Amino acid sequence: MHGRVKIKTTAQQEEEKRKEREKKLKIYVAARDACFSKRNEGIWDDEALQLTQQLLSSNPDFATLWNYRREILMHLETVKDKDEVQKIYEAELSFTESCLKVNPKSYGSWHHRGWVSARLPRPDWARELTLCDRCLSLDDRNFHCWDYRRMVVKMSGVPVDQELAFTDRLIGSNFSNYSSWHYRSTLLPLLHPESPEPPSPCREPPQSSPPPSPQTHSHRVCEEQLLKEYELVQNAFFTDPNDQSAWFYYRWLLGRAEREEMISCVYVNRDEERVAVAFSRPVNAQSVGLFLILDGQPQRVEWRSVHPRFKQSPVWICNLPPGTISDITNERNLTVHWTEKHTHRDCALYTGRTESWCRDSATDQELFRSELSVEKTSVLQSELQSVKQLQELEPLNKWCLLTIILLMRALDPLGYEQEMLAHFRTLKEVDSMRSAYYSDLCSKFMIENTILKMEYAEVRVFSISDKNLTTLCHLDQLLLVTHINLSSNHLQRLPPQFAMLQCLEVLEADNNAIENLEGVYHLPKLEEVLLKNNKISTLADLQTLASCPKLKRLDLRGNPVTQTANVESELAELLPSVTDLLL
Amino acid sequence: MAAEDLPSEFDVVILGTGLAESVVAAACSRVGQRVLHVDRRSYYAANWASFTFNALLTWIQEHQAESLSEEVQDRSSLVEEGEELIYLSGSDSASISNLQVFCYISEEAEEEEEPLNTTEEEEAGAAGEDAAKEPSETESAGSKEEETGEAAEGDEQAAQEQGEEPEADQPQPSAPPSQSEPTRKKISYTQLEKEGRRFNIDLVSKLMYSRGSLVDLLIKSNVSRYAEFKNVTRILTYRHGSVEQVPCSRADVFASRQLSVVEKRKLMRFLTSCVEETEEHQAYNGRPFLEFLREQQLGDNLQHFLLHSIAMVTEDTLTEVGLASTRHFLRCLGRYGNTPFLFPVYGLGEIPQCFCRMSAVFGGIYCLRHSVSCLIVDKDSNRCKAVIDSRGQRISCSHFVVEDGFVGADRQVTTPTRLLSRAVLITDASVLPGNSEQQVSLVTVPPTDGRPAVNMVELSPSTMTCIPGTYLVHLTCQSVGSAYEDLSPVVTRMFCTAECQDQENRPAVLWCLYFNMADGSGVEPEGHDLPSNVYVCSGPDGALGHEHAIKQAESIFLKILPEEEFCPPAPNPEDIIYDGENTAPTSTGEEEGLTAAGGEGEEKQQEQQEMETSLQPEE
Repeated sequence: MHGRVKIKTTAQQEEEKRKEREKKLKIYVAARDACFSKRNEGIWDDEALQLTQQLLSSNPDFATLWNYRREILMHLETVKDKDEVQKIYEAELSFTESCLKVNPKSYGSWHHRGWVSARLPRPDWARELTLCDRCLSLDDRNFHCWDYRRMVVKMSGVPVDQELAFTDRLIGSNFSNYSSWHYRSTLLPLLHPESPEPPSPCREPPQSSPPPSPQTHSHRVCEEQLLKEYELVQNAFFTDPNDQSAWFYYRWLLGRAEREEMISCVYVNRDEERVAVAFSRPVNAQSVGLFLILDGQPQRVEWRSVHPRFKQSPVWICNLPPGTISDITNERNLTVHWTEKHTHRDCALYTGRTESWCRDSATDQELFRSELSVEKTSVLQSELQSVKQLQELEPLNKWCLLTIILLMRALDPLGYEQEMLAHFRTLKEVDSMRSAYYSDLCSKFMIENTILKMEYAEVRVFSISDKNLTTLCHLDQLLLVTHINLSSNHLQRLPPQFAMLQCLEVLEADNNAIENLEGVYHLPKLEEVLLKNNKISTLADLQTLASCPKLKRLDLRGNPVTQTANVESELAELLPSVTDLLL
Repeated sequence: MAAEDLPSEFDVVILGTGLAESVVAAACSRVGQRVLHVDRRSYYAANWASFTFNALLTWIQEHQAESLSEEVQDRSSLVEEGEELIYLSGSDSASISNLQVFCYISEEAEEEEEPLNTTEEEEAGAAGEDAAKEPSETESAGSKEEETGEAAEGDEQAAQEQGEEPEADQPQPSAPPSQSEPTRKKISYTQLEKEGRRFNIDLVSKLMYSRGSLVDLLIKSNVSRYAEFKNVTRILTYRHGSVEQVPCSRADVFASRQLSVVEKRKLMRFLTSCVEETEEHQAYNGRPFLEFLREQQLGDNLQHFLLHSIAMVTEDTLTEVGLASTRHFLRCLGRYGNTPFLFPVYGLGEIPQCFCRMSAVFGGIYCLRHSVSCLIVDKDSNRCKAVIDSRGQRISCSHFVVEDGFVGADRQVTTPTRLLSRAVLITDASVLPGNSEQQVSLVTVPPTDGRPAVNMVELSPSTMTCIPGTYLVHLTCQSVGSAYEDLSPVVTRMFCTAECQDQENRPAVLWCLYFNMADGSGVEPEGHDLPSNVYVCSGPDGALGHEHAIKQAESIFLKILPEEEFCPPAPNPEDIIYDGENTAPTSTGEEEGLTAAGGEGEEKQQEQQEMETSLQPEE
């Protein structure tokens, strides 16, 4: 018969555990000291292997010991034959495996395993792959394992389609997994690359003669596969519209094209003997090999960015040697060479003209559509339909609203302007924590629309008043603008980029919250600055205006600075060219 | 057990090793009560048992045989003054009825594709009998169990007398059996018998809700260390004549091919909204759940899934009940896997045994093939003072717990017993072949034409309940007629029995068993015209989970020991102090101590199968 079961009291247990711990600590410290002294003496023997193994099994994050272990193994490699080395390393693999069971996220163990696998004379990659899969099935976000797995896949040359099937499996079991989606995005272009034929012509209202697409498609996927991916990812965001991972993948699918690097505009002004060059991305003109050829003669010029703040800038200017183009009866031909990119742009300054330019306009480049670069409008249209369907079910889902906006932008930015604004209003309400982000994004889209409208109208006036702008962007596109109207918005500053408006003559910015005029800097043609009802409070804030030589008219009514003592005389001293001052 | 006498005094004597009894035994032993746990049967777990194929055949044989009315021995000599005797029923055979066995495969593998023993079929046909029982006779014909077949016939006749059997002529014995399917690997009856030990066929068919009271209890008490569990991998439903997967988890919904994306969203939104009770829900209290579902604009597909497979209720169930059921389902989802259910490896019969083992570890004494023949009641207090066991030994006790089957019919106050209809099939393929052959599926079959809803559980060999190449299918429903009447229409619709040859896509039934079992849900622990310290445990109920038995065990335990905790965590082996031991034992000693303690009093059927793992899903 059984005796009654007696159980130790808590105090007894505690005491026993304490003793146990003490004992363990003693052994651990002794072994550690032994290891260190052996290493100092440069001893690489089996005993050291055993000692480090003992210590690392209880604490796999002891990097020094892993290092010591590697030293010993490398030594053993030199004295043992290949079969023995194989055996030693196989034992090493099973040892790291046991360490990973203790701590599946141990940096030391994973790194050591990678090191061993790479040195193993006859590696068994299939086994390693199985190990990774098992590990990921326990925790599909273990990034150590993802890293190691990538190495295994690379070393063993696992076919891409198998890997894609692997992501299918992981996404199937839990689609909230950035690692899997991302992995997919790297595999698809390899497995289903976009066909090399030129993009189909039905991409937009057919314009005169579309220039060669500025977009390159090295990371694009063929359309058939894309459609399958849309279906997959739609299943995910219809199932759980609050899960970000699927939406991000969707953004990737819709695609962000890479723009070709080019000189987008060359502007020349006869009176000022000045050339301005705009690039498709910010560059440092002083170091990219930029040459100016005038009528076949290379010119020695000094390139400078529009504002001293910028080392990298999309707009650069230079002055030609005095007298080179000043004769209005001569025709001059300029060429700007960007040698690093083997590209150039010509610009002719005809007889009798004081200025001239040559450029690709934003409309030609489809500049603002390239954020989503799906080839076919019909595909985008059907995507928009399904996301709208989701929005009917989930009217307050922010990912859904944002995606609708992006799709509308890609399809018809001007046509959907009102709907876009309505969706932005909803977004700011449902996601008030990010309302400033949405305001900025909306400003950006409104500026894009205004640029498009301006270019269709073929004018040099940029007018965007009363549109709730909170920020300015795309200012490099406004290089040729002579008149800008920013009144009645929520702007707080005219940033340094504003100096790219090299042709600006009139600046209207009444009724904003502008405190800072940093960007109104060396604008050679600026004559009129209207800043009624803003927040300019000190004379120092107006300092930069002094760099604009032609400034005549300045309206500062309704600004705190007008309350300053002696403001009128101070201003007269600061801005001697101003003849028409409103305070 | 050796024929030594048992100690003559216990705190609690328990008769019957079903789930509730075993939990009470474990709980009492755990808090230091002296427990004697006996069962008249030769196996553990009563009607909750799992059998090997061969043991099941023996069980069938026993239940088909005329129940021998045991001689009631006069024990009055053991009665003292002021005491009286209550005789217990000798057997519980009443709880099982209408056994019918069908075998659709030939004796030997690769035999000629002749229909089974034709002469016997004709004979039987001539006897004007239901052709469906044909195979059952064939099955017994080869062996020495002639009487079994006859008994089956008798039972069946009895069953048929109870009502019309329109489907009786459905099965056509002249049709060749499923061997007509050349691609499938044929399994012969001999093979089933030869590998019979690898089957673990449950008498009841239940699943464990991941957050149900059984799982909670297994974890809380550490009893889980005695068993291993598998996830139920998918939930299926039978609809429009085919089997579909029910998308219930997020991953299922994502992967589902039958649902449109809009349906996916609606389903997910509905499920999310169910998690918390809202005022909108309360507004539907007292109205049918189906009406509530309809007004959620869910569409037929989703309504079907929600009603039959997630809430698992009927069309007229009230909204509050349907929602509570849905909520329970959702709470259980995702704890261990993509469905709310677990299934114990080696079958449900493991669970009562695990609790018995726990009881034994804490000193409980176990005797199988040993019963209690009568109770000795103190006339004054109307309390049971002692019991007299089947060997005539008087054993005094403070409490007596008994399985309802042993309580004489005259003392049972239960209203007309309800029955469960059960069928057990061994098939050759899954009802919905998937990418994995190791699926464990729950299939909900909605009620049709006045027939009740059927729960079907399909077990793959990974659960260690059947041999590779086969699936074990359990069907359960509330009885309307006999098990055969209730369930064979479902079987014929979903499987290929010998009679239908044109259903090539369906899995073939190799062997099947129908029986009825008493539904334990009506039995109360008290009020049986029994002394106040005698508690009655019911047999299995028809629900999918184990709530009924666990609640019953807990309430009995609290009546016996109102001050004690129900199944507190069992200590770790290293914290147990052994007799006469002063110093801490070595670690190996501890392990041996536990194994010895567990093994000593027990006659485990499948000792070698036990594995100690925590309640963690395998995959």
